[in-house]
Amino acid sequence: MGEFKVHRVRFFNYVPSGIRCVAYNNQSNRLAVSRTDGTVEIYNLSANYFQEKFFPGHESRATEALCWAKGQRLFSAGLNGEIIEYDLQALNIKYAVDAFGGPIWSMAISPHGSQLLVGCEDGSLKLFQITLDKIQFERNFDRQKSRILSLSWHPSGTHVAAGSIDYISVFDVKSGSAVHKMLVDRQYMSVSKRKCIIWGVAFLSDGTVISVDSAGKVQFWDSATGTLVKNHLIANADVQSIAVSDVSMVPQEDSFVVGTAEGTVFHFQLVSVTSNSSEKQWVRTKPFQHHTHDVRAVAHSPTALISGGTDTHLVIRPLMEKVEVKNYDAALRKITFPHRRLISCSKKRQLLLFQFAHHLELWRLGSTVATGKNGDTLPLSKDADHLLHLKTKGPENIICSCISPCGSWIAYSTTSRFFLYRLNYEHDNISLQRVSKMPAFLRSALQILFSEDSTKLFVASNQGSLHVIRLLEGSFKHLHTFQPQSGTVESMCLLAVSPDGNWLAASGTSAGVHVYNIKHLKLHCTVPSYNFPVTALAIAPNTNNLVIAHSDQQVFEYSIPDKQYTEWSRTIQKQGFHYLWLQRDTPITHISFHPKRPMHILLHDAYMFCIIDKSLPLPNDKTLLYNPLPPTNESDVIRRRTAHAFKISKIYKPLLFMDLLDERTLVAVERPLDDIIAQLPPPIKKKKFGT
Amino acid sequence: MAALEEGFTLSGVPLGAGPHGLLGVEQSDKTDQFLVTDGGRTVILYKVSDQKPLGSWSVKQGQIITCPAVCNFQTGEYIVVHDNKVLRIWSNEDVNLDKVFKATLSAEINRIHSIQGTEPLVLFKKGAVRGLEALLAEPQQKIETVISDEEVIKWTKIFMVFRHPVLIFITEKHGNYFAYIQMFNSRTLSKYTLLLGQEEKSVIQSFSASVDQKFISLMSLSSDGCIYETLIPIHPSDPEKNQRVVRSLLLKTVVSGNARNGVALTVLDQDHLAVLGPPLPASKECLSIWNTKFQTLQTSKELPQGTSGQLWYYGENLFMLHGKFLTVVPYKCEVSSLAGALGKLKHSQDPGPQTVPHFVNWETSQGYGLQSSEHSKRILRRRKIEVSVQPPASKQLLSTIKKDSEKHIEVELCKFLAIKQTPDFHTVIGDIVLELLGRHKAEPSFYPRNSLMQLVQTHVLSYSLCPGLMEVALEKADVQMLQLCLQQFPDIPESVTCACLKIFLSINDDSLQEAEINMESVSDYSDSVQEEKMEEQTEILHNGFSPEENCDNCDRELNEKSRAAAEETTSCPVIPKRAALLNAILHSAYSEMFLLPHLKDIPAQHVTLFLQYLYFLYLKCSENATMTLPGLHPPTLNQIMDWICLLLDANFTVVVMIPEAKRLLLSLYKFVKSQICICSELNKIEVSFRELQKLSQEKNNRELYSIEVLELF
Repeated sequence: MGEFKVHRVRFFNYVPSGIRCVAYNNQSNRLAVSRTDGTVEIYNLSANYFQEKFFPGHESRATEALCWAKGQRLFSAGLNGEIIEYDLQALNIKYAVDAFGGPIWSMAISPHGSQLLVGCEDGSLKLFQITLDKIQFERNFDRQKSRILSLSWHPSGTHVAAGSIDYISVFDVKSGSAVHKMLVDRQYMSVSKRKCIIWGVAFLSDGTVISVDSAGKVQFWDSATGTLVKNHLIANADVQSIAVSDVSMVPQEDSFVVGTAEGTVFHFQLVSVTSNSSEKQWVRTKPFQHHTHDVRAVAHSPTALISGGTDTHLVIRPLMEKVEVKNYDAALRKITFPHRRLISCSKKRQLLLFQFAHHLELWRLGSTVATGKNGDTLPLSKDADHLLHLKTKGPENIICSCISPCGSWIAYSTTSRFFLYRLNYEHDNISLQRVSKMPAFLRSALQILFSEDSTKLFVASNQGSLHVIRLLEGSFKHLHTFQPQSGTVESMCLLAVSPDGNWLAASGTSAGVHVYNIKHLKLHCTVPSYNFPVTALAIAPNTNNLVIAHSDQQVFEYSIPDKQYTEWSRTIQKQGFHYLWLQRDTPITHISFHPKRPMHILLHDAYMFCIIDKSLPLPNDKTLLYNPLPPTNESDVIRRRTAHAFKISKIYKPLLFMDLLDERTLVAVERPLDDIIAQLPPPIKKKKFGT
Repeated sequence: MAALEEGFTLSGVPLGAGPHGLLGVEQSDKTDQFLVTDGGRTVILYKVSDQKPLGSWSVKQGQIITCPAVCNFQTGEYIVVHDNKVLRIWSNEDVNLDKVFKATLSAEINRIHSIQGTEPLVLFKKGAVRGLEALLAEPQQKIETVISDEEVIKWTKIFMVFRHPVLIFITEKHGNYFAYIQMFNSRTLSKYTLLLGQEEKSVIQSFSASVDQKFISLMSLSSDGCIYETLIPIHPSDPEKNQRVVRSLLLKTVVSGNARNGVALTVLDQDHLAVLGPPLPASKECLSIWNTKFQTLQTSKELPQGTSGQLWYYGENLFMLHGKFLTVVPYKCEVSSLAGALGKLKHSQDPGPQTVPHFVNWETSQGYGLQSSEHSKRILRRRKIEVSVQPPASKQLLSTIKKDSEKHIEVELCKFLAIKQTPDFHTVIGDIVLELLGRHKAEPSFYPRNSLMQLVQTHVLSYSLCPGLMEVALEKADVQMLQLCLQQFPDIPESVTCACLKIFLSINDDSLQEAEINMESVSDYSDSVQEEKMEEQTEILHNGFSPEENCDNCDRELNEKSRAAAEETTSCPVIPKRAALLNAILHSAYSEMFLLPHLKDIPAQHVTLFLQYLYFLYLKCSENATMTLPGLHPPTLNQIMDWICLLLDANFTVVVMIPEAKRLLLSLYKFVKSQICICSELNKIEVSFRELQKLSQEKNNRELYSIEVLELF
């Protein structure tokens, strides 16, 4: 297959933000996750847990609550006092409404999905009516003394439990007045703490209120009498989150999950006291320790417990007794890295552009003159250089960024502004010049791409339109805008341009891939849509074959000139991929091609990279898919017989980016988990010896 | 996972010329050597690992060997019977069987059994059994007839149970089967009628048996191809009476129903059986290993040249006649997992996708008997049969308890327990105990101690299933029962544990001596501690660092009295039986918060005694580096420490006032001090280790940037 020099890059100092909220939607089987920087991500649990959408964060918008309402509408509320609704089609914020109660700590949608209740810093609870395209303030509940940290509706919608500091209130929704006030014991391990914060409440249909608090307790209250029924002390630290199995699930309300600051997740189940008795009791059944830090948010899907927290992992732990077939759903998932590219590369100048939440970094790769054999680390004649640190203006996070293949253009976009820079290289000096007067329509981009010869810029904006811009020395000219097909507003998230500059492929989250002819500026064809979202796209040189990777790990090859799938693609679909290939749990995030070998496709996910050699036979389920050892002492005949099309390497992981710089050079950007952990706050220390 | 390894043939002359194949394969006194008795006239001694014969002996032309040769493990000699009545005894050096010791007996011999640890036993065709020594002393002695005229002995086996041989033999008469159990320690013979259940017509083709402490589990392979299990109690409740035992279906259709010949089974271990026979009517014969727990076929091996339908199993080797030669197939059973066991079934029977999850489920485990129905049809079939047998038996027993005598209840209970356990076994047992206690309440003289003990030992009871049991035992100060309950029940309330403790501490030595107490947790503490051993112990105590200054005072004080103290601590402060009882307390589960209030009620001198005992255990513990006590099931160091803390917490003000406890307290203070030191040192070391770990990680972590060479193959 060949020998490569690999630039192994570990200086991409990327740290994902901690997870603050998770909200599970049973109808669409989607999971919304909000992070501490305000980013909201949507995972499609049916599509192999693919992160199909995201809304960029905002410095002032710390999300404290996240809810799904009827019709799969997503709301969030945060410490800036605003309630936000997200537009899941156009991938932007539909509107923000100020609740006028100070920071919002909690939010809950009524069981019927038509009302929204928020708990504010000033102790007020505000009820909003959800109308067709907005929310409308309805009224206030009786104001409480301190902030409302948690909220839960009774499944009938008549009562609401609200957790505050040191007490839980039960409200009658009709009158808006508190019916009961249940004081929570501040004692913690027989030491009185100053305050007991009710981090979470859950209202069950039989009238039981479950509360979790900062003293490490899970308590069961009778809301009719306002009395404590049962107390479980489960942690030495705060219990920070609770989620009950959804009311719409069957059987309902027989299990719930709590997360603690020690990183433990406990599963509670309603179990019969003795065999064949109808009396049931909540029992703590399973503890899980998949986190090292605070578990800030938990969710309960019909088949899995979902948790996330400060350690930035999203963990999906399937409930084995609920999983019927051994497939993706039966495996534990730990999602750490975004399913999109944060790195772009200029092959010509050997530059890497790293995208962070609020800045960009430009690095020049080093070089070596030495050669070596497999596994050697070569001495560097020149180390990698940090050329540029470009900070964004304003509080918004960067959505996407790109460096042109020639290395002289950088473009990035936030939610409200688009930036284009011209880079000039004079010996070792580098100067940066912003291209001013961007046109009004270039406000926000979901994806940016330069053509191979760096003369054209393609921008996918929300609202579904695609702009084509010609770049001139220091200025630009708008060439064309491809408008979305009538009736669709789906935004394009992925772009690919052919090396000869004739074709542009664009894909949204669900509909098929559109291929545009750049020369004639018209839609050429649409690749038939597939059940699973596209995770990566690329167009091969010379042949103009479009290679599409989907979240179910299928890879298709589509000939653009012929407007049909290629023979190779048909063959592999007929034979099927190797079962180990299909069992990988991270999506392919980047596809590229070998400039001299048209039969080769290079693609990678977070744990492996693979070069597919289309000229070799395909592996079947009996062949060894991944063979790390070189063939030794074998005759060429055997080697040829056992060789198959998939050449896989798992040396570099977690792998965030990989590309071919030239025929014999690869660049691999790794982000070791240990480096991320080292940048997190220290976890709660548990003493191992003594007391 | 059970597996058959590649078999090999023992070379030599073709065997099994006679119509009945081999007479037998028996162990000799050296491992790896086996006596093979051919159906004709020859006995061959094989060394299996070398795959060659070591010796061969034949009887004269005209004589015929009628019983497999065995080895007398006590003398190393071999014994064989020819022409039914003539015994020959020889050793390795002898060449000609004609010239060796000979004894002619007055009755026909069925079989000689020899087993390690006892003299060979001779079973006569009419059911009488004699020891070899007694027979040789008087060969022509009269042998009585035990079984009736038309009964024929079909199969026999010998076991060692509690160092005494137990012989079981099965007889057949007009299609009815009877099992006889001959006990040699009590010289009792009990007879059981084997009830065949629904399959009245079937003929049993092969037997095998295994034994545990209470039952002989007799497996029988019937002509319908199924394997049945019969549990026969070793200690019969009423040896005089002819009792009945029911057999239950264990495995369904393991061999083809109408196999002509060549069907045999043998028990390999608790869960595995080897079956020889054709799995399908038309197929060749197979050796298959079945797992009875999961009802799965583990492995099988085809024997195309046919067998004689005989199978022997010794050590790790299965012996069978394959064609004309004796074949040895090594068998191995490694620790198996449920997934592994089920895997084989999945492949062999159900090629479609298996959708049933295999793990403990909190929600459905209660309804375990009925819900996981489609799990395996085999299991279901078996269960149905049991369920149909079950309810009358338990109901009958409950009604017996209401009126019958203690003795009779014991008998009935024994029978009931002999039946295979059902999924709701624990609730049934709970009901029986409640019924017994109910009757005790009504008539206080009725205290069926033995029955209750037997029920507790079924390992399925818990405190909450029979809350009255321990109260009654406490009332009666029945320490044996209390010890048993403490060992068996997982959920004893702390108040009851404490009440037990009070009784254990207060009961006088005389009444303790009478009680039968399980002593396995107490090892011999009597060996006195040497002076230098004490030195050693302090070193270990300090674990390599010097004790702190302020400890010196009490050290000195202690050293002054060290002689006296040494004497005091070297001997156990309580008698071994009491120690065993206290150990049961130490092993029991508790929650500090609930235990402490009850501990306060214990009188001061008892607290001191218990503390002395705990301190003694602690010293014993610290004598060796692993900090454990000798013995089978000793209290752990943690348990000892926790109880010392608990006792002191509860009774400190009292103990402090007692002059005789002062020295004890001082020494306890010293060791607590040293423990704190150890812990703080450990915490310090932990930090250093973590730093070391970090350093080594950094070493592994290469530079932030490097250029490497990669070759893809």
